[in-house]
Amino acid sequence: MNRESFRQRRSADWDRLEVLLSGLEDRRLKSVPGGAEIPALYRRACQDLALVRSRSYGRDLEQRLHEIVLRGHRALYRGQRLSWERVGQFVVVEFPRLVRQEHRLVAFCTAFFLLPFVGVGVGVHEQPDLIYWLLGQEQVAEFEAMYADGGNFGRDAESDVLMFGFYIFNNIGIALRTFASGIFLGLGSLFILLFNGLHLGAVSGHLIRVGYGGNFLPFVVGHGAFELTGIVLAGAAGTRLGLSLLRPGHRSRARSLATEARRILPMIVGVALMLLVAAFVEAFWSASSASADLRYGVGALLWLTVFLYFGLVGRDR
Amino acid sequence: MIDTLRQVETPEGVDLKLPLAGLIPRGLAWSIDLVLRLLGYGVAAVFLAALGEVGTGLYLILLFVGEWFYPVLFEVFNGGATPGKATLGLLVVQDDGTPVGWSSSLLRNLLRFADFLPIAYGFGLTSLLLQRDFKRLGDLAAGTVVVYRPVERRVEALSDEASPLPPPVPLQRQEQLAVVEFAQRRSTWTDGRAQELAQMTGSLVTGSRREKVDQLLGLAAWLQGRR
Repeated sequence: MNRESFRQRRSADWDRLEVLLSGLEDRRLKSVPGGAEIPALYRRACQDLALVRSRSYGRDLEQRLHEIVLRGHRALYRGQRLSWERVGQFVVVEFPRLVRQEHRLVAFCTAFFLLPFVGVGVGVHEQPDLIYWLLGQEQVAEFEAMYADGGNFGRDAESDVLMFGFYIFNNIGIALRTFASGIFLGLGSLFILLFNGLHLGAVSGHLIRVGYGGNFLPFVVGHGAFELTGIVLAGAAGTRLGLSLLRPGHRSRARSLATEARRILPMIVGVALMLLVAAFVEAFWSASSASADLRYGVGALLWLTVFLYFGLVGRDR
Repeated sequence: MIDTLRQVETPEGVDLKLPLAGLIPRGLAWSIDLVLRLLGYGVAAVFLAALGEVGTGLYLILLFVGEWFYPVLFEVFNGGATPGKATLGLLVVQDDGTPVGWSSSLLRNLLRFADFLPIAYGFGLTSLLLQRDFKRLGDLAAGTVVVYRPVERRVEALSDEASPLPPPVPLQRQEQLAVVEFAQRRSTWTDGRAQELAQMTGSLVTGSRREKVDQLLGLAAWLQGRR
């Protein structure tokens, strides 16, 4: 068989495949009539391409077939689409399982966040001047104004929406940056964890010392359940990126990074969802006019929910 | 090889060649996207300003989504290309040439922050320039590459004008290939260049310079199976 007879014999199939692929690439169409023919036609086209190459039938045929095979490959091997079922599966199985699977890393990051937090908190509480090592005078005054009687509280519904937007922009942004900077051997994530631990510890210790604890604690207890755990998990996910480069095991570092990044990705997606919940609670509940006792109660309930969620949800029976 | 083609093997066992996009087109695509985003923020600011504090809240949410997820949404729903990339004819694909999904797109765009450090995409540029696949850190983690969209720039099929001419002596495979390639690429050269090349075939073709070119085209037609 020479080139001409080959082309004549096969080109009808190629034309047909091109038509079908164009239909498939057109996103307005829900289904392509005759779509079931694609796999067989595509595999024949692969065979034809290999033949054209090995027999050197020339550039024009090779380019045409290469383009068809490229398009067919893209159409045939596309990934899973997002569905509600997958989202549900993520929330009730994948995310809590991944956190349990990484419990050692999560524990390490919790310690890395909590120890400076408590240490500086107690230190500032006992040694008032210590806070000025960490925060400027103006910042301290700002925080005091926020939690003084009537400072942040009893605001109107419009301000709630404003704060909701701000918490999303700022807090989820911090979590995503904590994750991303983990690629620098984990140092970026650990630095952000440490920094936030010191900062939050200092502010908490100071506010309690000057007597604003009655305003501050009921405010943070609710959304803290999602926010503090979220930031720690973001740190753990980022540190995992760094560890994949430090301890690649039997894989190359590039392969190790790509594999581990894909495996840990659900963690940071889960964190983003948690912080979305936190932003909602912080904007519309934490600063509401509900009594402190009620907010302590709800806060305790939220903390319990978070622990039960990560402890129990998604286990095999 | 100095070629910027990435070769991937499909499960069917044929090699696909993906033309990788380098720094300049990607930078341009990024600039276009930046301008589009800024325009979007500007327009949104005008309308949302009318809503007071609620507007500011919504604006911050828009800013968050725009800065983190603008590329993700386009890459997932627009076949791997943001408007900027589409303008430049670029597209993001997985390492094996298949389309990007949510995971890959999220990873490569979340890590954009790391690429951006310390200033002006410093780490991203360094990583991109140090590798043959032009990957920034996000591409490394996500297992993606940026390639040129396959263009429909076909080599023209041989014209039927030349009358088939059997070669005077049996030609070896390499020689046959050279003659056929000559005919296929004829339309991309000036007459002078084609004649110059035809001179190099030695005693295969004879006559004037112009006749030599015509004879080569005839040989090519014969070799390709026309009689």
